[in-house]
Amino acid sequence: MWRGTLGRLASRLLTPSGDAVSSDRAKSIPGWRRFLESRFDRKFLQKIQALPTRQNEYGYDPFGFHRDEAIAGIYLAHLMYQYYFRAEVFGQQYVPQGRALLVSNHSGQLPFDGLIIGASMLFAKDPPRVVRSMVDHFVPSLPFVGTTLTRWGQIIGTPENCRHLLNDDETIVVFPEGARGVSKPFSKRYQLQEFGMGFMRLALETNTPVVPVAVIGAEEQAPCFNVKPLARLMGLPAFPLMPFPPFFPALPLPTKYRVYFGEAMHFSGDPDQDDEELRPAVTQVRNTIQSMIHLGLKARKHVFW
Amino acid sequence: MKERIVITGIAGRLGRLLAKRLHRSGNREIIGIDRRPFEDKPADVVHKRVDIRSKRTRDVFRTQPISALVHLGLMHDPKRSNRTHNQWNVVGTQQLLEYCMHFRVPKVIVVSSAAVYGPRPENPQFLTEDSPLLAAQDDLGALSLVEADMLASSFFWKYREGETVILRPVHILGQVANAASNYLRMERIPVLMGYDPMMQVIHEADVVDAVLLALKPGVRGIYNVAGPGEVPISVLIRESGRPTFPIPHLAAPLVSKLFWNLGLAPFRGTELNHLRYVCTVDDSRARKELGFRATRTIKEAVRAALDDTY
Repeated sequence: MWRGTLGRLASRLLTPSGDAVSSDRAKSIPGWRRFLESRFDRKFLQKIQALPTRQNEYGYDPFGFHRDEAIAGIYLAHLMYQYYFRAEVFGQQYVPQGRALLVSNHSGQLPFDGLIIGASMLFAKDPPRVVRSMVDHFVPSLPFVGTTLTRWGQIIGTPENCRHLLNDDETIVVFPEGARGVSKPFSKRYQLQEFGMGFMRLALETNTPVVPVAVIGAEEQAPCFNVKPLARLMGLPAFPLMPFPPFFPALPLPTKYRVYFGEAMHFSGDPDQDDEELRPAVTQVRNTIQSMIHLGLKARKHVFW
Repeated sequence: MKERIVITGIAGRLGRLLAKRLHRSGNREIIGIDRRPFEDKPADVVHKRVDIRSKRTRDVFRTQPISALVHLGLMHDPKRSNRTHNQWNVVGTQQLLEYCMHFRVPKVIVVSSAAVYGPRPENPQFLTEDSPLLAAQDDLGALSLVEADMLASSFFWKYREGETVILRPVHILGQVANAASNYLRMERIPVLMGYDPMMQVIHEADVVDAVLLALKPGVRGIYNVAGPGEVPISVLIRESGRPTFPIPHLAAPLVSKLFWNLGLAPFRGTELNHLRYVCTVDDSRARKELGFRATRTIKEAVRAALDDTY
C-alpha cells in the first residue's frame, strides 16, 4: 500500500505527463510555472484556464487571485489530495451552479480540510470550480505567505468580502466552528462545536444556497490534547500538544480523507434578525453535517485507508 | 448670472488642470486661492496669492456671491512638520467651511483621499464610504488629512441647505507631487520583500472629471473615486519600467528614515504600510450616483506620472 503510493508519487514527480504548454505561451511564462504546468495533463489545464474569473488585462481578479500563478497552489493541493490524504469525494454533484456557501466541520489543528475541500472542487468536479476560503486577519502581515495566498484565491475573512464574492456568484467555504473547531482536542473528534451565526446571515442576505460538507479523516490528522493552563497563560484559544514527536502539530498524519457534500439547503428570511431567531436554521445545518459525519464514519473501515 | 467658482490650491497640478477645464467651458468666473505662483495662468482666471487661513480669504467670500468652492488645497508634504499640516489642513479647512456656511455657498466640494481609510491587514478588500477613517492609527502624518475629511463630513450634515460633496480618490498618478507619483518616479523603486498588495490608481485627468461631475447641481454626498481597476504594486512598477530593490519589511522603517535623512527618498517612510496592506475602495456609489467612470487605463496613469515635463 505504502510503497505503491510513494512509487506513484515518485514517478509522478520525475516524469512529465505530456507537453501541455503551447509554444507561444511558453516563451512568456516563467520556468517554474512551465514546469508545474507540465505536471498536469492538457485537458485539466484547459479546464483551469477556462475557469470563470473576473480577471483584468493583467490576469488579476479584484481580490488579487491570479489563475496562472495559482498553478503552484493547485499543484500543492493536488499532491496533498491525491497522494498524501488520498481523498475520496462523494456528492460533488450537489454543489449548485452559481453562488454557493460550503459549510463544513473544522478540525485537525492545521486547516488542511479547507485545502482538500478546495482541491475536491478542482479535481473531482467537472467543470472545476475555484473555492475561495477565508484566512485570518493576521495573515496579510506575514511576508510571502499573505501575498501567495492572495494569488491563490484566498481572501481576508470579513463579511464584506464574502458578500462581494457571493454577489459575483463565487463559491466560498466557511467553517462556522472557527478556532473552536480547528483547535479542539483529540477526545472531541467528530463532535461539532458551537456554530457561529455569520454564515447564515450571509446566506440570507445574498440568497445563497448552503451546501453542508462533512470531512472525515481530518479530525485524526493531529491527535492533540489541550494544555489549558499554558493556553490561558499565553492568551490563546487553545494550546495543542501531541503525545509523540514532533509534539507540535506541524505536519499532519497521512489519514485518509473522505469529503461528503450534501444536498444544497435554501433558506429565506430577514438577515438582521436576532441570533435566537436564526438559531433553528443554523441548528438544522449543524445537525445535517453531524449526521453526514456519522454516516461517513460508519462507512469507513480504517482511519488510514 | 455668471457662476463664480473658488478653487483653493489652484497652483497645484490638479488645480491648474481643473481651472483650465472650467474656464474653457464658458460662463464661469474662476477665483483661485493659493500662496504659490500660478505659471501660465489663463488670463480670465483670478488668482489671489493669499493663505487660506488669512482674513483676505474671507474677503473673497464676503465681497461677491460664490456659487461653488472646490477645496483642493489640502497639504501633504513630508518636508513640513505635523504642526504645519494641522494648522493648514484642519484650521484652514474649518475656516473655509465656516465662510461657506456664513455666506451661503450652495456647493462645496472637498477633495480628500482614499488614503484616509488607512492600509491595514484587517481591511476588507473594498472599503465603502462608511468605513472608519483609520489612517492615523499607524501614520500620525495622516492625522490632519483624516481630521480635515471628518470636518467636511460633519459639515455635510450641518449645512443641509447647500450641497456638500467629499471625493476620496485613490492614489492619483500624474504630474502631481504626491507620494504615489513620487514613488513611481524613483530611479530604483524600493519594495518590501514578500509583500505585493493590490492597489488602485487613478489618472489625474480622471480626478478632474470626477470634480466636474460633482459640480453638477443636485449632487451631494461622500464618494470613493477609483480608477480603472486594481493591480498589485508589482504590475505598476513593471509598467513604469524601473528596477526595484527589495527591503525586508523589518528593516524598512530604518532604511527609509536613513534615505530620507540623506535626501535620497521622496518620503519619510511613515507610509510604508501602503506597500504592505490593501487600502482599495468600493466606488459603486460614485458609478451609480455621479455616473463616474475612469476613462484612462492603468498604463496611461503610470505613463502620466513618469512624463518628464514636471
